[in-house]
Amino acid sequence: MPHLSGLDELVTAIGAAYEAALQAPLDSRVALRIRGGGSKDFYGGMLAGEVLDVGAYRGIVAYEPTELYITARCGTPLAEIEAALAERGQMLAFEPPHFDMATLGGCVAAGLSGPRRLQAGAVRDFVLGVKLIDGTGQVLDFGGQVMKNVAGYDVSRLLAGSLGTLGVLAEVTLKVLPKPVAERTLVFAIDEAGAIARLNQWAGQPLPISASFWHEGKLWLRLSGARAAVAAASDKLGGTAVADGERHWLAVREQTHQAFAGTPLWRLALPSTTPALGLDGLCSIEWGGALRWYAGEGDGVRELAAKAGGHAVLYRAAESLRCLEGAFAPLAPPLLALHRRLKKRFDPLGILNPGRLYAEL
Amino acid sequence: MSPIMPNAEPSFQTDRRQLVACLKLLLPAHCLLSDDEDLRPYECDGLTAYREMPLAVCLPESEAQVVDVLRTCHSLGVPVVARGAGTGLSGGAMPHAQGVVLSLARFNKILRLDRDARLAVVQPGVRNLAVSEAAAPYGLYYAPDPSSQIACTLGGNVAENSGGVHCLKYGLTVHNVLRLRVVSIEGEIFEIGSAAPDAPGYDLLALLIGSEGMLGVVTEVTVKLVPKPELAQVVMASFADVGQAGDAVAAIIAAGIIPAGLEMMDKAATAAVEPYVKAGYDLNAAAILLCEADGTPEEVAEEIARVTTVLREAGASDIRVSQSEAERLRFWAGRKAAFPAVGRITPDYYCMDGTIPRKRLAEMLSAIAAMEKKYGLRCANVFHAGDGNLHPLIMYDAAQPGEWARAEAFGAEILELSVALGGSITGEHGVGIEKINQMCVQYKTPELDAFRGIKAAFDETGLLNPGKAVPSLHRCAEYGRMHVHQGDLKFPELERF
Repeated sequence: MPHLSGLDELVTAIGAAYEAALQAPLDSRVALRIRGGGSKDFYGGMLAGEVLDVGAYRGIVAYEPTELYITARCGTPLAEIEAALAERGQMLAFEPPHFDMATLGGCVAAGLSGPRRLQAGAVRDFVLGVKLIDGTGQVLDFGGQVMKNVAGYDVSRLLAGSLGTLGVLAEVTLKVLPKPVAERTLVFAIDEAGAIARLNQWAGQPLPISASFWHEGKLWLRLSGARAAVAAASDKLGGTAVADGERHWLAVREQTHQAFAGTPLWRLALPSTTPALGLDGLCSIEWGGALRWYAGEGDGVRELAAKAGGHAVLYRAAESLRCLEGAFAPLAPPLLALHRRLKKRFDPLGILNPGRLYAEL
Repeated sequence: MSPIMPNAEPSFQTDRRQLVACLKLLLPAHCLLSDDEDLRPYECDGLTAYREMPLAVCLPESEAQVVDVLRTCHSLGVPVVARGAGTGLSGGAMPHAQGVVLSLARFNKILRLDRDARLAVVQPGVRNLAVSEAAAPYGLYYAPDPSSQIACTLGGNVAENSGGVHCLKYGLTVHNVLRLRVVSIEGEIFEIGSAAPDAPGYDLLALLIGSEGMLGVVTEVTVKLVPKPELAQVVMASFADVGQAGDAVAAIIAAGIIPAGLEMMDKAATAAVEPYVKAGYDLNAAAILLCEADGTPEEVAEEIARVTTVLREAGASDIRVSQSEAERLRFWAGRKAAFPAVGRITPDYYCMDGTIPRKRLAEMLSAIAAMEKKYGLRCANVFHAGDGNLHPLIMYDAAQPGEWARAEAFGAEILELSVALGGSITGEHGVGIEKINQMCVQYKTPELDAFRGIKAAFDETGLLNPGKAVPSLHRCAEYGRMHVHQGDLKFPELERF
């Protein structure tokens, strides 16, 4: 499929696929695989269908620094958005990974947040509005550009992390925040159990901690906020100040740090107080204990995470393995039924990213 | 059964005797109300202008009873309206004439408070403030603080996605709830979210929160608790002009400051509250701004200094900084008590809840001033200036013929202007029954259709809170026929009335 650069072209392409699917028998329907920068092809379930390249539908539509929002088309590279924000001293507070080529649409569709999620919140917490092209080629506008809007169901946030299975996020409006005035990175020598305990202790106190990362006996901590607050917290916490902290957090955000090198790589989201799981080859801990990375065969990882009240994603692994195991933890039957009904509502013929989130969707 | 018009409001015919007989089998006597005098207190919520008598009120004490009631209503085809404390301001908990009110008032226990994990598991009937009170000994609190927090319940907060003065910095309910336990209209229990972040699959939590009781009945809520800031301090600034005050708000944000609270009151509002709370407001100012900084003492000192500079440069005529906790609370007392204070100077008032982009503030306020003349009614304005959420209080006297109709039309015009300015018809109170016509202004047919599709995915028979929040296409067509958008009347050549 050629590069599509206008909304009309995207609508036409999806509309045509829908019309074709209406005619085709169920087992020979053509699916569309939505693709922006292609930076997250590794993520999620099966990659099925003809590529619908939305990367050329790009550009910042509106940016109002004093209203704290930015609206951009789905193919806009995150780098372009963040450069525009930086000029006005602002940022995407959830610090999404770029993986070189990430676009805004893919960022929201994947719902992956970076180190600052601990303090600032996840992608979904910053989505204010979306322009969606559903699986019939219809354009729908949800939410808007204001911080508070409770008119109708919050479809914009529902779409964060939906991996394109409900539609193409043609345009997205995100809330943005000012960059902190000051930041400082501290390092502590501490074992895994000690790090988990201390992170939870600190999180219960009014400290300006904006990121944490534990790996091989070292705990990295980032403080962000007013100059005086960062200095005071730093004095209180101790540890060793690091000169080039920013580079470290970039390596964590982009997963170029050696802790992320192993495969298959599991991503475990857990209640932050969950004790060390005792898995051989555990890689690292983020988000104050709530996110843990583990590289290894992973026998029983999913059960272990569920038992702790969380869930495990088979994050980076061969596609065949992801399709076999399922990239995401299975849903309880009533939830799966709801997912199916919602999918059917937005994409009645199931042509958008089938199998990317769950085999059943 | 008569055929149902496509997209018309579903109609229900309930056999009251059969319904009450069935409910009596499920619930002990003290959990069921069915005499008119017992039902009367439930005929409306905080929006008293709209009232309806239910056929029965159920006050279950266990989740099993909730399941039983829902199953029975589902099998009999009886509408169900869930209700917390009834403090909602959009008629979201107004009963259905053919239905049952399901009060969650007895679900009032805090089930678990985990200091280390910083979360609380509570029943939906727990009051908002009770959560923060229980967490206080650990130096934690629950951030969303609607003005009614002393009375409103967590279940109601979830239904409406409530905000409060702190939501610019700390978010709405949707940012502070981790998990919900829900009973479907069929009586099936499911859980969404967890104490772990980023639950797999669609973000159903976002869908449920703010769904106005139309997708399921919540029986348990897990909320995030956050550390209480060491210190909070508030700056109060007077402005001779409301436009100037609006610009000052933008200037604070542009300076990279996200205050813990940023509120504005116009002259009519300060005049109403000052005799009531004696907060020391500048009665000569056209508008006053309240700007709160919180955090460590060092952080607060730094932020207060920066805010003060910005406000001075923005033309504030008088600036005062609270010097003690008592003074801080006094500065806030007026803002928090604005509604009852206005209630003292008028027999009735109608509180609106539109959101606009901050930069359109002055435009909106001058339009409201013109509407005061047009409708012959006074209006006091208090709002969450930081996030552009306005609460115009339209004063009227229900005893005077025609005044309520004028107040209603006044309110509708404010909401429609909010949409025209790029905002929303509701920032935190919900659509309920009150703003259902304006939904047809904010959204077009495809979006409304999608909302109805979502509703059907959760509640196929449409029994949960029918007639609220999402209008039928039929209703929009009716309203649209009368609706004049930006002076454009459809078919202007036709005579009306």
